[in-house]
Amino acid sequence: MREMGRGFARSHEARLLLVVVVLGGFLALATPSFASLQNLVDLLTSNAFSGMLAAGLLVVLVSGGIDISFTATASVAQYAAMTVANHSHIGWLGVAAIGAGLGSLLGLFNAVLIGTLRLSSIIVTIATLNLFYGLLMFVTRGDEIFALPDWFVNGASWTVYTDAQQAEYAITLPMLGLVFAFALTAILLKRSNIGRQVYALGSNADAAARVGIPVFRLNLLIYGYMGLIAGLASLVQAQNAQSVSPNALVGRELDVLAAVVLGGASLTGGVGSVFGTILGVMLLAFLQNGLLLLGVPSYWSPCFTGAVILVAVSLLAIERRRQQGRVRRVSA
Amino acid sequence: MSLSMTRPARIAALRPGPVMLRLLALLGALLLVFALLLGERLFNATAVRSMAFQLPELGILSLAMMIPLLSGGLDLSIIATANLSALAMAFVFTHLGAGQAGMMALACDVAALASGFAVAAAIGLLNGYVIAYLGVSPILATLGSMTMVKGIAIGLTHGNVISGFPAGIVFLGNGSVLGVPMALIVFVLVALPVAVIIGRTPLGAIIAMCGSNQEAVRFSGIDTRRVVLRIYLLSALLSAVAGLVMMARFNSANAAYGESYLLVTILAAVLGGIDPAGGFGKVGGLVMALVILQLISTAANLLGMSQFLTLALWGAILLAVTGVGRLADWLRLRLP
Amino acid sequence: MANFLELTGISKRFGGVRALSEVDLDLARGEVHCLAGENGSGKSTLIKIVSGVQQPDPGGRIVIDGRAHPHLTPAGSTRLGIQVIYQDLSLFPDLTVAENIAFSRHLGGLHGVDWRAIRADATAVMQRIGIALDPRARVADLAIAQRQLVAICRALAAEARLVIMDEPTASLTRHEVDSLLRLTRALTRRGITIVFVSHRLDEVLEIADRVSVLRDGRKLGTYAAEGMTGRRLGALMTGGDYDYTPSVPDHATAPVVLAVRGLSRPGEFADIGFDLRAGEILGLIGLLGAGRTELALSLFGMRPAASGEIRLHGRAVPIDSNRAAIDHGIAYVPEDRLSLGLVMEQPIGANIVLAILHRLAGRLGLLRTDRRRAAVGEWIARLGIKVADPDNAVRTLSGGNQQRVVLAKWLATGPRVLILDSPTVGVDVSAKDGIYAIVRDLAAAGMAVLLISDEIPEVLYHTHRILVMHAGRITGTFMPGETSEAALREALDA
Repeated sequence: MREMGRGFARSHEARLLLVVVVLGGFLALATPSFASLQNLVDLLTSNAFSGMLAAGLLVVLVSGGIDISFTATASVAQYAAMTVANHSHIGWLGVAAIGAGLGSLLGLFNAVLIGTLRLSSIIVTIATLNLFYGLLMFVTRGDEIFALPDWFVNGASWTVYTDAQQAEYAITLPMLGLVFAFALTAILLKRSNIGRQVYALGSNADAAARVGIPVFRLNLLIYGYMGLIAGLASLVQAQNAQSVSPNALVGRELDVLAAVVLGGASLTGGVGSVFGTILGVMLLAFLQNGLLLLGVPSYWSPCFTGAVILVAVSLLAIERRRQQGRVRRVSA
Repeated sequence: MSLSMTRPARIAALRPGPVMLRLLALLGALLLVFALLLGERLFNATAVRSMAFQLPELGILSLAMMIPLLSGGLDLSIIATANLSALAMAFVFTHLGAGQAGMMALACDVAALASGFAVAAAIGLLNGYVIAYLGVSPILATLGSMTMVKGIAIGLTHGNVISGFPAGIVFLGNGSVLGVPMALIVFVLVALPVAVIIGRTPLGAIIAMCGSNQEAVRFSGIDTRRVVLRIYLLSALLSAVAGLVMMARFNSANAAYGESYLLVTILAAVLGGIDPAGGFGKVGGLVMALVILQLISTAANLLGMSQFLTLALWGAILLAVTGVGRLADWLRLRLP
Repeated sequence: MANFLELTGISKRFGGVRALSEVDLDLARGEVHCLAGENGSGKSTLIKIVSGVQQPDPGGRIVIDGRAHPHLTPAGSTRLGIQVIYQDLSLFPDLTVAENIAFSRHLGGLHGVDWRAIRADATAVMQRIGIALDPRARVADLAIAQRQLVAICRALAAEARLVIMDEPTASLTRHEVDSLLRLTRALTRRGITIVFVSHRLDEVLEIADRVSVLRDGRKLGTYAAEGMTGRRLGALMTGGDYDYTPSVPDHATAPVVLAVRGLSRPGEFADIGFDLRAGEILGLIGLLGAGRTELALSLFGMRPAASGEIRLHGRAVPIDSNRAAIDHGIAYVPEDRLSLGLVMEQPIGANIVLAILHRLAGRLGLLRTDRRRAAVGEWIARLGIKVADPDNAVRTLSGGNQQRVVLAKWLATGPRVLILDSPTVGVDVSAKDGIYAIVRDLAAAGMAVLLISDEIPEVLYHTHRILVMHAGRITGTFMPGETSEAALREALDA
C-alpha cells in the first residue's frame, strides 16, 4: 500500500479530494438537506449507473484506448435481458448472465475490430456505437418496455437502519453494483498482473509488445471488461428507472468520459486510478445535486458542469506541463 | 492551374487519389444495388431533391469537424455552438425584427446574423485558447465547452424553442432557386472556400503539416498557437452557418437540435479519407462520403426501413471500407 | 568452448534485397564486442536474427553455448539469456523502477501482484552491480542516464548472458558515458558478454575487446580493438578513406554578420560573446548539458535570452521569436531532425517550402503552384537530394537525404546566418561527407555558419574556428590548424 501513499500529497487525487471535501462541506453547511442520509443514499443510487461505467472506462483509458460505444452496449444488453426476463422466469442470476454475457460479447467485437482494422479505438467505437444502437432501434422499433417482472421491479434490499420517522435505509442492488464495479476494477488494476500489463500497454505500447505482453489478447480483456461492466450497469439502470427504453442511454457516453478524465485518467494512457475516478464521479454528482439544493434552476446545471470540466482539464494540463518541464531540466 | 504546368503534372493533379477511387467504387456499387432494388423510385426528381435538402446540414457540420481533424484535433462543441448561435440569431429576429419593414428589417437581419456569428466566434476563440495556450487536449477542451455552451443554451431558453422568422430565413431552409435547394447552395458556398483554404492557401498547408507534427512546424517559424486558434475559430464559424441552416429548415431554434449528428460528422470525415490522426484529407473526399451516406439514408427510407437502420448501415459502411482496405493490404503482402 | 555465441553463414533476404550474406560472428564469454556499420549495413538485421525476431535463410547456423538452434524464437532467445536494449530503452514510464526491472513477474496468466517480491527482485539486481535507485520511483521522473540503468537492470533480471546495446551513448553526457563503461566492466567480470552497436565508436573502443565491421550485408572482418582508430574504422565502414585536414581561410577582412555580446539566460548559459563573419564556419563544441543547444535556441528566438545583445550587420536587433530570427536572416537546423526538423509523414516538397509558404502566395492569398514547384525543384537540384517524387513522404528518404531536405527548407528562406546543431547525428559516414561539402560551399559563397557539435573531429576538420562551451560559458577558443583532438578533449572535459 505504500506505493499508493508515496507522493500522495502532491498527486492529482489529493487535490481532487480536497476539492470534493470542500465542496461537500460547503454544501452540508449551506443546505440543510445535502448531508442528510436520504440525500446521500439517493445520490449513490442515482449515480450508480454512470459510476459503474466510469470504472469500466477507466480500464480502457489506462490502456491508452477509448470506448464511446458503451452506452449502446448497455442499451442492447438491458433490452435483451429484460425481454427474456419478461418471457421466462430466469431470476437475478439469469438476468445478470445475459447482461454481462451480451455486454462482454459486444466489447470483444470492438477489440477484434481495433486489433484487425488498425483503426484508432475512438473511430471504431463511434462506428460500433452507431451500429449497435441503430440495430437495436431497428429491431425494437424504439418500443419501450414498461412492464418489468415483479421480482425485478421490487428489487432486493437489505434494511440496515430505520430512523425516528420510520424511514428505512436499505442497501440496494444499485449500491452493490457500484461497489462491485469499483472493487473489481481496483483489484484488477492494482492487484493483478493483468492490470499492471494494462498500465504497461498504455504507458508504452511498443515496449509492451517487446517484453512479450500478448497485446491482442489483452485488448480482448480490456474491451470485454468494459462491455461486461456496461451490461451489468444497464441492469442497475433498469432497476432504477423501473422501465427499459432503448434510447434512454445513448448520448451519455461523453458525460462518463468527463468524469473519468476529471479523476485524472489521461487520454494518452498509462495514468489513472480507481480512487481518482470515484472522486471524479463524486465531484460531478455533488455539483449537480448541490446546485439543485441551492435553488439554482435545473436548467443552469449543465452550464456549471461544463465550466467545471473546462477549468479542471485546464488546470490538469497546466500542471502536467509544469511537471514535464521539471523532468526535462533534470535530464538535461 | 497555371500554364507553366507540364503535361504529366497536369495529369497527376487531375488523377483521383486512392481514397477517391475507393469512394467512387463504393458509390458505383451502391448506385447499382439501389438501382436494382428501387429503380425509378430513387432516380427521380423528387427523391434527388429531397437528398439535396437533407445533405447540407450534416455536410456543413462535417466541414466544421474536418478542419480540426485535419490538424490532429477534434471539435466536440460544433453542435452546441450551432445551436447557441442559432438561438442568438433567433432571439434578435424575434425580438427586434418582428414588425419591422424595409431598411429596418434588413438592419435587423444583419444584426441577427452578426450576433450569431459573434457568439460562435467567442466559443471558437475560447476553444482555441484553451487548446493552444493552455495545452489541453482538443477532445477534453471541446468536451468541456460543449457541455457549457449547451448548458448556456438550455439555461437561457429552459429547453424551449424560439420560432417565427422572416420569410427570407425560411426560404433559406426550404426554398429553391431554379430547382436547386437554397440549403444546397449555401453548402456549396461554404464548401468551396473551405476546399480552397485547405488545398490552396498557406494556412491550409500549415494545418495539414500541424496535423502530422506541430513542433516541427513551430520550429519552422510559424506561430502554431495562432494557427490552432484560427482552426477552432473557423470550425465555430462553420458551425454557426450550420446552425443558421438548421434553424431555417425547422423554422425554429433549440438547444438540442441535431445532437445525433455529432459523432456522425467524425464518421463521415473518416469515411471521406480524412486521417483521424491528422495531416491528410480533402474536401472532395468528404463530399463523396456525404453523398454516399445521404444515398444510403434516402434509399433506406424509400425501402421503408427505419432511420435507425440507416445509422447502423453508416457505422457498418465505415468498418467495411476500412476492412476491405486492410484485406487488400494483406493480400498485397501475401501475393507477389 | 569459450564462445557464448557462434554464427556461421548467416544470410537474410527480403524480397530481392540481400540484407545479410554469409556472415560469421563469434562472441566470447565476458567480452565486449563492437558491431560497427553504416545504416543499411545489416547491423539491425543481425541483431534481429540473434534475438529471434527474424529467421535467417536456410544454410546458416546459430550455436549458443555449444548447442545449435535452428529455429530461434524471441521467447527462446530470451530464455537463453540474450537481451537487447534498444535505443529507446523500451521502458514503461508510468510504472515504478521496481516493476520495470522485474516486469517478467507481471507476465503469464492471471495472478496477483506480489509487490514485496517485485521490490526484492529489483533491489537484488541493483545491488549486484552497485546501483542505488529508489525502487518506488516512477521511471518518468528519472533522468535519461538513470533510465538506461533501469533498462540494464531489467536485462540482468532476465538472467542475461549476452546484452546487446543499440546506440547506448547517444544521449549521455561524457560523465555518464564513463559510468556506463565502468558498469560494463562490472558486467563482463560476471561473465556477461556485451555487444555495443554504436556510431560514436571512439568512446566504446576504449573498453572493447574486438570490433566487427559490416558493410553492405557482409562482414569485412573482426579486429582487435587495441590499435583501432575511429578514422580507420570509418574507412572500413564506408569503403572510402575520408582524410580531412583542417583548413583555415582568412576571414579577418570579411564583415561581421552576427555579433553576440553578454548573452545570458539563467540556469542555461551566461555571458556569451563572439563574432561570426561572412564566409566563416564557427564551431561551437560542448558536451551534453553544456548549454550549446540552449544558446542556439536563444539565437533563433525560440527561448529568448534574458539579457545581452544580438547584433546583425552591426545593428542590435531584438530576437524574441523564431519568426523575428528568420526575418533577420537566421536559420536553425535542429539536432532532433526526426521530431523538430521535419514533418516525416508529409511530402518532401511540402517540407522544403514550409518556412517560405507566405512568399509563395499570389493574389487573394492563394498558393501559386508554379512558384511552389519551382522552389521545390530548385532546392532538390541545388542540394542534390535523391528523390523519386517530391510528393513522397520524407520518411522514405535516407538519413543523409533527410538532412538535405532540412537544409533546403532553411536555405530557401535566404538566410545570412546558418546555425547547424549536430547536423550529422545519425547520418552515415559517407553521407556526412556530402553535408560537409554543402556547408563548405555555402561558406565559400559568403554564408556565416555556426556549427554546433559534440564530436571533436567534426569541429576540428570542418570549421575555421572553435569555441569550447562548458557549464554554460565559453571557456576557450581554438584554431583548427594549431590544436589537436587531445587538446580539445582536455578542454571539453575540464
